[in-house]
Amino acid sequence: MHTAETTPLLLAVRDLNVAYQSKVVVWDADFDAPFGQLVAIVGPNGAGKSTLIKAALGLVPIASGSVRFFGLPYAEVRHRVAYVPQRESVDWDFPVSAVDVVAMGLYRRLGWCLPVRRRELDLARAALVKVGLADYASRQISQLSGGQQQRVFLARALAQDADLYLMDEPFASVDAATERAIVEVLRELRASGRTVVCVHHDLPTVPEYFDHVALLNMRVVAQGPVSSTFTAENLRKTYGARLTLLEEAAQAVERARVSLQHREER
Amino acid sequence: MTRRRVLFLVALLVLLLGGLSWFLSRAGSHVGHSHQSGEAHATGAPAARRGGKSITDTGIEWPSREKIWRTVSLADYNTRIVFAGVTALGAAGGLVGTFLLLRKRSLLSDTVSHCTLPGIAMAFLIGESMGLSGRSLPLLLTGASITGALGMLAVAAIRAKSRIKDDAALAIVLSVFFGLGIALLVVIQHLPTGNAAGLNQFIYGKAASMTADDAQLILLASLTLAMICAALFKEFKLLCFDTDFARTQGWPAVALDLALMGLVVAVTVIGLQAVGLLLVVALLIIPAAAARFWSHRLGVTILLAMTIGATAGLVGVAASALFPKLPAGAVIVLAAVVCFAVSFVFGARRGLLVRWLEQRGVATRVARQHLLRAIYEWCESHAHNRHADPLHLLEQPVPVADLSAANDWSEGRATRLLRLGSSEGLLAWTPGSKTSHLTARGKLEARRVTRNHRLWETYLLHYADVAPPHIHHNADQIEHVIEPDIVNELEELLAGGEGRVLVPADPEKPVPAMRGART
Ligand SMILES: Nc1ncnc2c1ncn2[C@@H]1O[C@H](COP(=O)(O)OP(=O)(O)OP(=O)(O)O)[C@@H](O)[C@H]1O
Ligand SMILES: [Mg+2]
Repeated sequence: MHTAETTPLLLAVRDLNVAYQSKVVVWDADFDAPFGQLVAIVGPNGAGKSTLIKAALGLVPIASGSVRFFGLPYAEVRHRVAYVPQRESVDWDFPVSAVDVVAMGLYRRLGWCLPVRRRELDLARAALVKVGLADYASRQISQLSGGQQQRVFLARALAQDADLYLMDEPFASVDAATERAIVEVLRELRASGRTVVCVHHDLPTVPEYFDHVALLNMRVVAQGPVSSTFTAENLRKTYGARLTLLEEAAQAVERARVSLQHREER
Repeated sequence: MTRRRVLFLVALLVLLLGGLSWFLSRAGSHVGHSHQSGEAHATGAPAARRGGKSITDTGIEWPSREKIWRTVSLADYNTRIVFAGVTALGAAGGLVGTFLLLRKRSLLSDTVSHCTLPGIAMAFLIGESMGLSGRSLPLLLTGASITGALGMLAVAAIRAKSRIKDDAALAIVLSVFFGLGIALLVVIQHLPTGNAAGLNQFIYGKAASMTADDAQLILLASLTLAMICAALFKEFKLLCFDTDFARTQGWPAVALDLALMGLVVAVTVIGLQAVGLLLVVALLIIPAAAARFWSHRLGVTILLAMTIGATAGLVGVAASALFPKLPAGAVIVLAAVVCFAVSFVFGARRGLLVRWLEQRGVATRVARQHLLRAIYEWCESHAHNRHADPLHLLEQPVPVADLSAANDWSEGRATRLLRLGSSEGLLAWTPGSKTSHLTARGKLEARRVTRNHRLWETYLLHYADVAPPHIHHNADQIEHVIEPDIVNELEELLAGGEGRVLVPADPEKPVPAMRGART
C-alpha cells in the first residue's frame, strides 16, 4: 500500500462490510491504526466493534472490502498480530492452568506436534508476571476471578510478542487497580514501539488512556487523534441523542480538554 | 447445581444400583433353588412353559470356582483375546472421549454410532452380491466408517450452513441414518440367502464373538489413535479451549476438528462389535466425565479416563466370561457408570465428598474460632485489671448465658459450639452446666486466635489497598504470611487503639501488655 511508506499503517481496513445472515452489522467501514499508538474503538452495544475486529482477523466472513496488516493480507503476518478475545468467548471450566493458557500464545512459534518445553513455560511465566499474576501461574483457570481471567488472556497476547495487539474489551469487569495495571502494560507496549487497538466502553477514560480513537456505530462515524475526534458532536452522532449518554459524553469531553491541556503544559 | 439436587441424584444412583444388585442376587438364588427342586417352580407360568423357557430361566448361573480361576488367570485363549481387545477399546474411548467432552460434542458420538448402521447393512449387501462372505468384519466396519463419517459431516454441514441448532441437527441426522439402517436390515432379513441375525450384534454388541483378528484390529487401531492424539495433543487442547484463537494463529481449525471427529468415528467403529452402537457413546463419554472429577490437568485427566475405560472393559469382559448370559457391552457400560458414581462422590477435585468435607472443615474452624474469641472477649471485659497477664484473665468461669447474649447465639448453637470445644479439649463444660472455663490448651489457643484475628482486622483496615488478594486469612499465624515489621507495626496500632489489651504472641515472650499500658 502506498500510504505505508509515509505513515506506516499497521492495520488498514477499507470499505469493510460484514453481515450475519442478511443483517449488515458493519457497513462501509474505513479504519486505520497508526504506528505506535494506543487506539480505542468505541461505540454503543451491538455497534459491531467485536465484529470489526473478528472480521479483520478472518474469524467472520467479509461481505466486501479489504483488510491489510502491515500492507499485507493477514495470513502472511499472523506472527506479528496478537488477539485478546472477550473473556466470555471461552469456557473457563477447562482442565488447564493459567500458565498453560498463556503458553498457548507460543504454540504457533513451536510448530506442529512439538510439546511445550521448559523454555515456553518460562516465557509464559514472565508474561504472567507482567500482568501481576505471578502467584497464580499453576492455578486452574476456573479458580480465577473474572478480572484475573481477563489478565490471563492479556498475558497470552504478551507472550506472543507481536507488533500489533487487537484487544476486545480488556477492561471489562476489572477493578480500578487492575485497570491501572493493564493500562501500565499497554503504555509499556507503546513505549517499546507496539501498537494496541482496544475495544473500549468507558467513555470518560478514553482521553486519558488513548491517543487515537475510532467512533463506530455500524459505520465509522469519525476517527482520528483523540484531541480532534473525541468531541461531543461526534459522540452524539455515534450514540444518538440518549440523554444520559450525552451527559456522560459531555463530561468525557470536558475531561479530555482538561487532560489535553495538562499534557500540553508538560 | 444445588446441593439438594446433587443429593437427589446420588440417592437415585444408589437406588438404581441397589435395585440392580438385588435383582441379580434374587435371580441367582432363584436359579440355585430351581436346581434343587427340579421343575417345581415352573408350574406358575403357563406361557413360559409353552415356550419351554421361563423368564427366570434366563437368570444367572453362578460360575464354578474352577471357571473363576480360569477366567482370572486368563487360561482360555478366547478370553485372552477378548480381554486384550476390550481393554484397548476402553482406553481408546477414554482418550478420544476426553477431547470430545471438552469440545462439548458428546452427543455427536451417539449420532455417529447410529449412523454406522446403514453402512454395515450396505456393506453386507454388497459383500453378498459380490459373492464374498457378507460377514467379513473389515468389510462391515469399512461400511460403518463410511456412513459414520458421512453422518458426522452431515451434522457439521447443517451446523455451518443453516440456522438449525446443534441438538436438532444431531437428532435429524441420527434418525434419518438409523431409520435407513433399520429399513436395510429388514430388506436383508427377507433376502433368500440373507439372515440379519449376524448383524444384530452390531446393535447390541457381542464381545464374546471377538476373534484374534478382530482383537488385533482393535489393538492396532487403538495404538494408532493414541499416537495421533499424542502427536496432536497441544493442537487438540488449543482447539477445544479456544477455537477462535487457534484460527487467528493460523491453525487449520476445521481440519483439526475433522481429525478429532474422525478419531471419534474410529473409536465408535471399533467399539461396535464389543458394545454395540447403542452403547458405544458411553465408552467415550463416561470415563472422560468420571476422570474430570479427579484432576484439573488435561494430561492427567486423559490418563485417568483411559484407565477407567480400560478397567470398565476388563470388568465387563470378566463378568460376561463368568456369566455367559450377561451381555458384555452392557456390563462394560455399567462398570464405567460405577466408576463415574464413585468419582462423582469421592473425586479429589470436584467430588461431592471432598467439597462437603472442605465446607465442613471451614465451618468447624470458623465455629471454633468464634467460640474461643467470644470467651476471650468475655474474660477481657470482666477483668478486674485490664492490663494483667492475659493468661490469668482467662482463668474465670464464663457464664454460657452471657456468651450467648453477647454473640446472639441461639441455645442450640451455643450448645453445639460448647460441645465442639469440649470434645477438642479446649474447654471444660458438661451438658447442662451454666458455666464453662478454658483448659490450659484452650487458653493458649484462645489467645492465639484472638491475637491473629485482631491483627488481621487491623491489617485489612490499614493496608486494604496493598493487601495481595491471594493472602490466606486463615493462616495459623499472621507472621507466616506478613513480614515481621508490619506485624510489629500492627501490634503498635492495636495497642494504641480502642484501649483493648494486646494479646501476646506466645507465653514465653515478655508480656507486651506493657506496651499497651504505655498509652
Ligand atoms: N454470531 C452472530 N450471529 C448473528 N448476529 C450476530 C452475531 N454476533 C453478533 N451479531 C449481531 O451483530 C451486531 C454487532 O455485534 P458485535 O458483537 O460486533 O457488537 P459489539 O459492538 O461488540 O457490542 P458489545 O459492546 O455489546 O460487545 C449485533 O447487533 C449483534 O446482535
Ligand atoms: Mg463486543
